[in-house]
Amino acid sequence: MKLIILEHYSQASEWAAKYIRNRIIQFNPGPEKYFTLGLPTGLPRDHPESYHSFMWNNFFKHIDIHPENTHILDGNAIDLQAECDAFEEKIKAAGGIELFVGGIGPDGHIAFNEPGSSLVSRTRVKTLAMDTILANARFFDGELTKVPTMALTVGVGTVMDAREVMILITGAHKAFALYKAIEEGVNHMWTVSAFQQHPCTVFVCDEDATLELKVKTVKYFKGLMLVHNKLVDPLYSIKEKETEKSQSSKKPYSD
Amino acid sequence: MRGKQSAAGARVLQFTNCRILRGGKLLREDLWVRGGRILDPEKLFFEERRVSDERQDCGGRILAPGFIDVQINGGFGVDFSQATEDVGSGVALVARRILSHGVTSFCPTLVTSPPEVYHKVVPQIPVKSGGPHGAGVLGLHLEGPFISREKRGAHPEAHLRSFEANAFQDLLATYGPLDNVRIVTLAPELGRSHEVIRELTARGICVSLGPAGHSVADLRAAEDAVWSGATFITHLFNAMLPFHHRDPGIVGLLTSDRLPAGRCIFYGMIADGTHTNPAALRIAHRAHPQGLVLVTDAIPALGLGNGRHTLGQQEVEVDGLTAYVAGTKTLSGSIAPMDVCVRHFLQATDFVVLDDSLHVQATYISGELVWQAEAARQ
Repeated sequence: MKLIILEHYSQASEWAAKYIRNRIIQFNPGPEKYFTLGLPTGLPRDHPESYHSFMWNNFFKHIDIHPENTHILDGNAIDLQAECDAFEEKIKAAGGIELFVGGIGPDGHIAFNEPGSSLVSRTRVKTLAMDTILANARFFDGELTKVPTMALTVGVGTVMDAREVMILITGAHKAFALYKAIEEGVNHMWTVSAFQQHPCTVFVCDEDATLELKVKTVKYFKGLMLVHNKLVDPLYSIKEKETEKSQSSKKPYSD
Repeated sequence: MRGKQSAAGARVLQFTNCRILRGGKLLREDLWVRGGRILDPEKLFFEERRVSDERQDCGGRILAPGFIDVQINGGFGVDFSQATEDVGSGVALVARRILSHGVTSFCPTLVTSPPEVYHKVVPQIPVKSGGPHGAGVLGLHLEGPFISREKRGAHPEAHLRSFEANAFQDLLATYGPLDNVRIVTLAPELGRSHEVIRELTARGICVSLGPAGHSVADLRAAEDAVWSGATFITHLFNAMLPFHHRDPGIVGLLTSDRLPAGRCIFYGMIADGTHTNPAALRIAHRAHPQGLVLVTDAIPALGLGNGRHTLGQQEVEVDGLTAYVAGTKTLSGSIAPMDVCVRHFLQATDFVVLDDSLHVQATYISGELVWQAEAARQ
C-alpha cells in the first residue's frame, strides 16, 4: 500500500483530487474507453439528504458528466436483491472499476460493510450498525428515529475487484480504525483491512488520523512522500495530453 | 406570468457562471430553464437523465428575479390616467421601455380621476403576459379616489370621493367593471371601508392602505382594515400621518402584534433618495424586512428631461430626480427607474453584495432574452 500523510484535511483532499485527476488523464479515456470511478453508496433516494442529492450537489453539477454514465443503487427498488445483482452486472459491463474511492467508518467499515461482513461479499442489502446510525444522525437533524437502518452497499469483494483502491481517512476519530486496518491483521471485524491483500491501495490521511499508528510506521511513510508526491506533481492536463500523444507517455509510479 | 407550455421535449437552457438569489442569499449556482419555467436540474439529471441543450455564460454576474413594479403611473410621456382613444399603445410603450430597467412585470397605476376616466381607461388595459414586446401587465393598480383629503398629496381634491352612501356599489359605480384590476388603494378611516375591503378581497383584489390622514386613522383602524383583508401599504411614510410613539398609525402595522396569524403585511417604498430619508428606509427594513416592496411610483416624466409634465389632472414640475406638483412643494411621484431605486436601497441598507454595481445588463422573460445593454451585446 501507499500511505500518504498530509498535515490537514484540506491538504489531504487536495492531494487525493490531484491524484484522481492524474490517474484519469493518464488512463487516456475516450468514447470507447471509459474510466470507471467507484464510490460507496448511501441513503435511500427521495430523501433531501439522499445520496442522489449529495452526489448532485457535491460532484455531478460541477462536471459535464452525462446522466447515462452515472449508476447509483436505488434503495426504493421493488426487488432490492435484483437491484444489487443488476448493479454488479453493470460494473462488469463497464469493464470493471478502474479506481474505487472511499472512506472508512470509525468501526473500520468500507462502504456499509459493517464489522462481521464477509471479506468476499458482493453488492447486497445491509443492516447498519448502531455506530453508523449515530454517525449518520447529523443528516437527520440528530433524530435517531429518522435515520435509515438498512442500506444497499457494494461488497468488500466488489471493491477488491477494482484495479485500484483509494481510501480517504481524516480526523482523530478515525485513527483507531486506521490502526486496525493497516497495522493489525486482516479481520472481518475491520473490513478495510481486506485491502492489505489488494495489489494497489492508496490510503490518504491527515496527521490526526495517524494518532494511533506506530511512530515507526508514520516516519517510514512520511519519508516516502518525496517519491509519492511525484504522483501529483506534475499535474497533467487533458489539453497537454493531446499534444503528448505522439511522444512516449510516462509510466505511472508503482511499488 | 405563464410562459409557453413546458413540454418534456422543449429545449433546456443552462445559465452558468452566475450567482443566483436563493433563500435570501446570493449563491454560486447555475440556473436551468425549460419552456419558460425554472427547472430543478437534479430532477432532470436523475429522472429524465438529460443534460442541457444550450449553455449561456453569464460572466460571473448576478441573475436576479425580474423586478415587479406595482406602482407606476406612466413614463416616457405616457400617462396611464389620461383617457385617450388608444390607451393600449401607451401601455405597450412603457412596457417595452421599462425592460431596460430590469422590470419584467408591472401594475399600471391610475391616480385619482373622475369616473369617466376610469370607465374609459380600465377596460383598455387587460392582463397580459410579458415577452420580447415588453414587461407583463399583472393588472391595474387604482390609487384613489377613495383616499384622505388631508393627506391627498398630488391627488386633485376635486375628484376625491367616499363610499359612505352605498359602500361597494359606490366603488363599482366609480371604477366600472373590475376585471382588469389587481390592487386598490384606499384610506382605512373612510366610513364603511371594511365592507368595501372585504368585498374587494373576496374578489381576489389586493387592498392597499393609502393616503390616509385624519386623527381617526390610528393603528387600531389600520389593524381592523388588515383583519378585513388589506395586505399592502402604499408608499410607506408618504401621504400618511407620521409615526408617533403613542400613535404609530399605519406605520405601526410593520410591528403590530394584533394582525391575523401567519399574515405578512407588505409595504411599498420609493427608494429614489427623495421620498424617504435613508434612515427611515432602514428603520422600516429592520423592523419588517420580509414585507418590503420597492416601487417606483413613476410618473409620465420618467425617461424624459426636466420641465413641465402632466400626471392625471395635475401639472408636475420635474427637476433632476424630483418631481413636485407645479408651484408647490408637494412631491408628485418619482422619476427614478426601478434599477436606480434598487441601487439606492442597496446603498441605504448595506446588503452583503460585494463590489457589484447592480447595473442591469440583460433582461429575460420566461428564459428569453428581451433586452440587453449595449456593452453586453459585444
